[in-house]
Amino acid sequence: MSDTKFDLVVIGAGPGGYVAAIRAAQLGLKTAIIEREHLGGICLNWGCIPTKALLRTSEIKHYLDNASSFGLSVKEVGFDLKKVVERSRKVAGQLNAGVKGLLKKNKVTTIMGEARLKGKGKVSVKADGKTTELEAKNIILATGARARELPHLKADGKLVWTYKHAMTPETMPKSLLVVGSGAIGIEFASFYRDMGAEVTIVEMMDRIVPVEDAEVSAFAKKQFEKQGMKFILEASVEKIATKSDSVTATIKGKDGKSTDMTVDRVILAIGITGNVENLGLEEAGVKVDRGHVVADEWGHTGVDGIWAIGDISGPPWLAHKASHEGVIAVEKIAGIKGLHPMKKELIPGCTYSRPQIASVGLTEAAAKDAGHSVKVGKFPFIGNGKAIALGEPEGFIKTIFDAKSGELLGAHMIGAEVTELIQGYAVAKSLETTEAELMHTIFPHPTLSEMMHESVLDAYDRAIHY
Amino acid sequence: MPIEILMPALSPTMEKGTLAKWLVSEGDTVASGDIIAEIETDKATMEVEAIDEGRVGKILISEGTEDVPVNDVIAILLEEGEDESALEGAGGGAKKDAAKDQEGAPKVEARKTEAPKSGSKSDDSDSGESKAPPAPETAEGERIFASPLARRLAQQAGLDLTAITGSGPKGRIIKADIDAAKEGGAPARADQPKAASADKAAPAEKAAAGPRAGAGAVDAPGFVPPADIPYDEVKLSGMRKVIAKRMTQSKSHVPHFYLTIDVSLEKLMAQRKDLNARLEGEGVKISVNDFIIRASALALKKVPAANAMFAGDKAYLFKRQDISVAVAIDGGLITPVIRDAGAKGLATISREMKDLATKARDGKLMPEDYQGGTFSISNLGMFGIREFGAVINPPQGAILAVGAGEKRAVVVDDAVAVKLMMSVTLAVDHRVLDGAIGAEFLAAFKGYIEDPMTMLL
Repeated sequence: MSDTKFDLVVIGAGPGGYVAAIRAAQLGLKTAIIEREHLGGICLNWGCIPTKALLRTSEIKHYLDNASSFGLSVKEVGFDLKKVVERSRKVAGQLNAGVKGLLKKNKVTTIMGEARLKGKGKVSVKADGKTTELEAKNIILATGARARELPHLKADGKLVWTYKHAMTPETMPKSLLVVGSGAIGIEFASFYRDMGAEVTIVEMMDRIVPVEDAEVSAFAKKQFEKQGMKFILEASVEKIATKSDSVTATIKGKDGKSTDMTVDRVILAIGITGNVENLGLEEAGVKVDRGHVVADEWGHTGVDGIWAIGDISGPPWLAHKASHEGVIAVEKIAGIKGLHPMKKELIPGCTYSRPQIASVGLTEAAAKDAGHSVKVGKFPFIGNGKAIALGEPEGFIKTIFDAKSGELLGAHMIGAEVTELIQGYAVAKSLETTEAELMHTIFPHPTLSEMMHESVLDAYDRAIHY
Repeated sequence: MPIEILMPALSPTMEKGTLAKWLVSEGDTVASGDIIAEIETDKATMEVEAIDEGRVGKILISEGTEDVPVNDVIAILLEEGEDESALEGAGGGAKKDAAKDQEGAPKVEARKTEAPKSGSKSDDSDSGESKAPPAPETAEGERIFASPLARRLAQQAGLDLTAITGSGPKGRIIKADIDAAKEGGAPARADQPKAASADKAAPAEKAAAGPRAGAGAVDAPGFVPPADIPYDEVKLSGMRKVIAKRMTQSKSHVPHFYLTIDVSLEKLMAQRKDLNARLEGEGVKISVNDFIIRASALALKKVPAANAMFAGDKAYLFKRQDISVAVAIDGGLITPVIRDAGAKGLATISREMKDLATKARDGKLMPEDYQGGTFSISNLGMFGIREFGAVINPPQGAILAVGAGEKRAVVVDDAVAVKLMMSVTLAVDHRVLDGAIGAEFLAAFKGYIEDPMTMLL
């Protein structure tokens, strides 16, 4: 490597790191990015994208299973699991190559290897047994996170899986226990259920998808139960014992009693923890708290020239949050004026289960806790023509406004395609629209988006179609 | 069934108001269209009209009650044939419970209760909450970029967007800027240590410590009256609070300086007499103040740099002269605006001023009558005040304080002569206007007043 002096070195080429590197290059910073495994990070290789490919398969299977309700006759619906997984891997591979091309196009130096902080403004990279040292005016840590494991709950990759193993099954389990009902747990539960597995979910909290609005949690649970999923709430898995091709989990319920449950496979989806090891953080003086690097609202760690973005700097663990933080940190480094730090209430969240879940901003409870007097609107899918035509009459869109100012505090959706709708409210929030602008916006007919309009109208007792 | 009269919303955003006055008493018969009460908010007083006819059975909220929530039952109207016994179970005396217990029912009643009528314009009442504050403009018609939420919050807080610097994309004003302005001062000051109004500060310092303390002086009265002096406790009206807030904001934020000049009224008085004689029978009587309004507007036209507004990183120099004229009214003062006064003749100004002053005294001014303005005039001449310095009405750049016309001994051609003179003092925002420009304005003003014929040119 001839060139070892950079304005910016980014460690980790996930959606936080590679976006930060490209933005830095756009701003004229001489930039290098170091990646130890695969460009695009977990998101693209083992997360967001390949799971969406799998969920597309299970979704189509669901339609085929219900073909008769659309007037179609399908003789037999079957699948070849190997090909399902292959497709998912192929999608990931295609995008991985795309990131490589983007970095190259933007003249970002890409270095495959393991990075470590080496004193002020220095990073060492170990690759193929050789160590090189780079100099950097600024360093962005973007190493991401991995599935959290607990001492008594460890994945073996065969019978007890993390998301990564769950993405490349060799056989379709007949029965599955998912530990944790956050977005990752619920998406896998949904995939495996639609593919025919018996699915049970254990959740510590008193409701599933606990970060979502309580009404969404309740509705989701009902829908999943209708599909045949089982939920054990306010419960935890005390231990797991593996046999040759089955796992017995001991589950402690809310009554304090323990029961055993034997399943083919277990998926651990009990949160994630930052990749903070072997980076030389301690020597550099970077603070780590509960598995995550501590950084301010600009991503600055408090140590001169060292920044942290994305999963490594804490929740929400979302690719788009990482990307946006990366851009903010880079623009701060480049000295751009008039920047605003990330507002967490502007980060939308999506879960690609069937039904889909999407939200942005405060839940109703959080809005009330924050002292807002609120106006709440809710509109059901059953009142929307397009939803009925699609054969998707279940779900709703809920909006929460500050009663005094008309500020859109939050929006929560569950139902078909809502992950593609939420951006409308994200734009509205970002532009600081009030209910008035949303009411005056013309939504096209017939679309699911009309429900977004109706929900706003309903908050002010003006809904037309319900 | 008795009809509940609910606290009306005077604007889409109003949450509560003061029930200023009842114009009917229990037992009175009212017809549809009768004005039954006056409601006051921090901005205006409006009348409540009865839409149903009947007899006032019970008044539940006594006059003078502050912070009455919108849609609370304020009175019960008995329909024909009903007597007081009908009040029982109709929520008589139950106040809020009546509204709350019958979810659904009050909504219907709410429509029966007339929204406030306020002259010919009351478009606020029918469009409901969906009305967005209009996109603000500078006097030059240049659009001010502000998020809808920022616009509404500014409106609710009584802040002038033209005086706020935006920190959003391309200088767009966003919620954070309004929050910062409410906290006091420019957005850049948001990180200022809050210790500015530290409790340890002496009361006098506290009041002058800055916008934070200033706002607090209204919101959280900190002074306890001495025990040995008898006193009346007077609750501040909404208007009083706004005056307190805005004047504190002005005096603590705007660097004022003052320029005084003496002008002769000799020719003006003669001219006025002549003009009024001609106008006799037309119901118009031009006052000295009307001349002052016109002369100010023309002087601003001549010296546009004095018709300015400070806006953080820029100044706006207005090409139209909208003159705010302070009118003393019960409990405070208000500044109705003569729009485009530079383009209006004396008779028009006189007529408009008379109309606005009457409306002001009756508490009937609409927001469009008193909002905006590029320059202010405050005249205390009629009280015999010789001269005084006025507080600038932000975001305007200057205010002219007018003293009494009086005969003074002045030196003319090295001899003492008796002349009718008047002193005026211009208070100027030094951030946007300098002494020389203020002096230039006053020279122009003096020219017009001392030779009123030039106002016709």
